[in-house]
This record gives sequence, structure tokens and C-alpha cells, in this order.
Amino acid sequence: MMKLLVLAVVVSMGAVGFAAEPPPGATTCSGCHGPSFMPVNGRASADLSSGMEAFRSGERPSTVMGRLMKGFSPAEIQAIAVWIAEQK
Amino acid sequence: MLGRRSVLAMPFLARAAFAQAAARVLVIGGGFGGASAARALRRTDPNVDVTLVESSPVFTSCPFSNEVIVGLREIGQQRFGYQGITAAGIHMVQGTAVSVDPPTRRVTLNDGSVLGYDRLILSPGIDIAYDALPGYSEAAAEVLPHAWKAGDQTLLLRRQLEAMPDGGSVVISAPANPFRCPPGPYERASLIAYYLKTNKPKSKLLLLDAKDTFSKQKLFMSAWAKLYPGLLEWVSLSDGGKVVRVDASTRSFETEFGSHKADVGNVIPPQRAGRIAVVAGVTDKTGWCPIDPVSFESRLVPGIHVIGDAAVAGAMPKSAFAANAQAKACALAVVRMLGGAAPVEPRLVNTCYSLVAPDYGISVAGVYRPVNGLLTDIEGAGGTSPIDAPPETRALEAEYANAWFKTLTSDVFA
Ligand SMILES: Cc1cc2nc3c(=O)[nH]c(=O)nc-3n(C[C@H](O)[C@H](O)[C@H](O)COP(=O)(O)OP(=O)(O)OC[C@H]3O[C@@H](n4cnc5c(N)ncnc54)[C@H](O)[C@@H]3O)c2cc1C
Ligand code: HEC
Repeated sequence: MMKLLVLAVVVSMGAVGFAAEPPPGATTCSGCHGPSFMPVNGRASADLSSGMEAFRSGERPSTVMGRLMKGFSPAEIQAIAVWIAEQK
Repeated sequence: MLGRRSVLAMPFLARAAFAQAAARVLVIGGGFGGASAARALRRTDPNVDVTLVESSPVFTSCPFSNEVIVGLREIGQQRFGYQGITAAGIHMVQGTAVSVDPPTRRVTLNDGSVLGYDRLILSPGIDIAYDALPGYSEAAAEVLPHAWKAGDQTLLLRRQLEAMPDGGSVVISAPANPFRCPPGPYERASLIAYYLKTNKPKSKLLLLDAKDTFSKQKLFMSAWAKLYPGLLEWVSLSDGGKVVRVDASTRSFETEFGSHKADVGNVIPPQRAGRIAVVAGVTDKTGWCPIDPVSFESRLVPGIHVIGDAAVAGAMPKSAFAANAQAKACALAVVRMLGGAAPVEPRLVNTCYSLVAPDYGISVAGVYRPVNGLLTDIEGAGGTSPIDAPPETRALEAEYANAWFKTLTSDVFA
């Protein structure tokens, strides 16, 4: 898990050049999540990624998150979680 | 590689230090795409000089306007000002762009003023293609409203429904693909059926369609059979649903098979990209704008990016959700390109909610990436709400639809 996380940070930074730039897909969360609906920004990245993974596998039932998360690999989910955790 | 990395590491610093002035990005159209792009540009790089040109002082949202038509919401809840945009450091210009000169990178507005740009983003939405449906015109739309741009047209259709006596007949015509909001006509038909069932139960609703299949079809049709049996009738293309002419003087819809007279008629007409896209030379013969799916740059004119309904976005539908997602991806690409870097392949998402009744929501979702130059569905992801979901799930999705509207409109306008 820790290894994955470090890898994801390196991958996301390598891909974008500097830490502030979002990894692919990360800006789409704010289309639904915001201060008035299940805020995700600033939450611990480990919680975010395990939540997203649980939706992806179907372990946690959902109306829409499962359908969306199936479009991302575990590494992509990890990178998004790390970036979202840094947002205010 | 090392050289490229170091350029990428400080694109803005490099520009700020050596360039004469901040890079200028001009955005035309302050709707879901354009207003989102302007904000995303500022957020990505506060040094970029962003100007947003919009014709109207107040934006009126199409999403949830079907609820206004049937009295479940008021039009004021659809309206959003531009104060938040100005507060975000964006130069707001109220006016209509009338011409674009790509060689000199200049845009002229209706008052004669001229704005220069380093990169231009167009999000003009749709124009009604009046010439594509015989009998339809701006004047005819005062009798047979389209209500496909929200505002006066939305209220006109609402007043007509309110004035119609019980036992009346409502006719809606839906166009062939592509058009703004693929599930929109069917959500509208559902909510009008809900209104009739509740207030004018002897009335009938006829939905004439130029297609044989439509978005979330199974979900809509099973809900109609359950909620509105005998009230709502859908006529497919094969069954003679394609409207070939309308007549406002008799409120009639002519198909290849016959003619239908309406007490209230709603023409959802054929559409094309907003006029300024044609003027800028970024539309092709289909009337829409082909783009590179990584940067959203026009395939026809360099330096101009197109997002939202006007763009040919492959498998992505023409929705407010998609326009917002594309805007954010486009803004990242534009900032990188201004810094001399290559844009990074985006991953896009769309979700369209529809209400079949106030407490009955359904959705369709998709995740997309560029494949062979087109935004393509990622297999195994996305899809519709389950066909056999219990009422609690439909109620939950109706709640999430409302939450989505609130979040999206604050993300764009607050
Ligand atoms: C009935 C209905 C229901 C819908 N429901 C949903 C829904 O539930 N969910 C969803 O995601 N989508 C929905 N949509 C679709 C959504 O409205 C559009 O996809 C979205 O508005 C597209 O954004 P855009 O930026 O391309 O265009 P718009 O939002 O239309 O913005 C275009 C803006 O550009 C301005 N403009 C145009 N030309 C110029 C010019 N030359 N100079 C200056 N300004 C200009 C216009 O005034 C306008 O404000 C619905 C649409 C309809 C009709
Ligand atoms: C179309 C709207 C939509 C989008 C886009 C979306 N979500 Fe969600 N999210 C939801 C909904 C609705 C739920 C509740 C579970 C369900 O029914 O799907 C949820 C739940 C969650 C939860 C659990 C929240 C909690 O408090 O338990 C997390 C974490 C989450 N989403 C993260 C994300 C991230 C990260 C993204 C972007 C990659 C994202 N979501 C994109 C709608 C969305």
C-alpha cells in the first residue's frame, strides 16, 4: 500500500511536471462533490482511495460511483486520491 | 527528457520572466463550458489574463428547466449572475462576438471593440437550425415553443400548458442525433406527463421522434408503462414519428404518415454549433466543430479551442456536465501550451440525471479517453441505472440529481 502510494505520487508528478497539476480525471470530481454534497477535498488520501476502490469492486454499493470508478485503474485512483487530499 | 522536464517544471516562471505581458486567453460564451473554462484557467495559472465575453448579463440554465415548465421550480432558480466570475479575477465583457480573425488573433464584438488573444476558447452552445425544419421559424417558435434555450421560451411553454383545458392534446417532436442533451426530450415528456396526470388527467401526450432509439430508453419506457400508461405515447421513426413540417397557424405537426394537431405543441428542433463558431471557420459540413480530443484545439483553425455543445466530442454527449469536464481539461491543456509544453491526455467523465417524476431519478454515466483521435467510452465503465432498481434507489437518484445541480452551478457561478 505504502509502496503504491509513493509510486503514485512519483508517477503523477512525473506526468505533470509539478505537484499542483491534477492527474487525469481528478478535476471531474468537483462536478458532483462540493461543500454542499459529500465534500471530498482535503480528506485523507488513504480514506479516499480505499473508498474509491470499494466502489470500483462493488464491495461498497453505490448509485453512480461504481460505474465511474470502473473507468480508472488502481494506480489512477491512487493518484487522484493524493491530489484530492491536497485540495481545499 | 531532462530538458523537457525542466521546461515543464517552470512554464509560468519562464514566461513571466521573459515575456512582455501575461498570456491572454479569450473565452467566448459564459455558459457551462465557457464560465467553467475561465475559472479553471485562473485556478491553474493565476498569471494568465482571462477575459470572458457573454451576450447576456445573467445566465439561465437549461438543466432543471423541464421542472420549471411543469411548475416544480421557478425560473429564478435557473438564473446565475457573473459576480463570482468577476471576483475570481476574470475580466467580464458583456457583448456579442461577431467576428474572429485567426491570422491576427483578434475578435470583434457587436459594439465594434476589438479584443486580442494568444489562445481563444469557444463555448457558444447551440443555435436552432430553423432552416432545417420546414415551417419552423423564430416567429413560429412564439406559437410552438422549442424551450431548448432556457428563459422566455421555457415560460411560454409553461403558460401554454397551464392554459390548456383538461382533455387537451400535447405534442412534442424530438430531432435526429446529434443534439443538445440526448435524454432531455424524454425527461421533458415524462415531467409533462406527470403534470397532466396530476392536473389534467383526461389529456394526452404524443412524442413524435426522428429516431428509433434514444438515451436511457429502457429505463424511460419501463417507467412510462408504470407511471403514465395510456397517457404518454412515443412514436418512433419507423412508426412514422419523424416530423417533416410544422404549421404554427394550425399548431400541427406533419409526419410522412399523417398530421397531428396539438393544443400545446413543443418543437425540439434540429440544432448546430453557435453562429460564432461558423464565423470563426471551426465548423465542418455537419455544422459542428471537430477537435483534437487531448487539447480541444480545433482541427480546422489553430489557436482556437472548442468545448461544450458546439464541439464534436466523440462518445461524450452534449451536456452541461460534459461541458464543465471538457472546460477543465481544456484549461489545463491551454496553460501547458502557453508555457510551450505538450498537453497531457485527459480522462473525462459524464453523468446525465433525468427525472421521470419528482421522486424518480435515473442516470447514465460514461468515462472517456482519446482513442484514434476521438473521445471514446472506456469499456466496462459507465452505463445506466439498473432497470430493476427499487423505488428507494430512484428516490435517492432524484435527490442526487438535485445535489448535482446545486454543486455544478456553484462550481461554475458562485
Ligand atoms: C431542457 C434541457 C435540459 C437539460 N438538462 C441537462 C441536465 O440535466 N444535465 C446536463 O448535464 N445537461 C443538461 N442540458 C444540456 C446543457 O444545457 C448544455 O449541454 C450546456 O448548456 C452546454 O454548455 P455550453 O457552454 O456548450 O453552452 P451554453 O451553456 O448554452 O452556453 C453558451 C453561452 O454562450 C453565449 N454566446 C453564444 N454566442 C456568443 C457570442 N457570439 N458572443 C457572446 N456570447 C455568446 C450564450 O449567450 C450562452 O450563455 C439540458 C438542456 C436542455 C435544453
Ligand atoms: C456524477 C456525480 C459524481 C461524480 C462525478 C463523482 N462522485 Fe463521488 N459520489 C457521488 C455519489 C452520488 C456518491 C454516493 C454513493 C453513490 O450512490 O454513488 C459519492 C460518494 C463518494 C465517496 C464516498 C463519500 C462518503 O462520504 O462516504 C467518495 C470518497 C467519492 N465519492 C469520491 C469521488 C471522487 C474522488 C471523484 C472524482 C474522481 C468522484 N467521487 C466523482 C457522485 C459523484
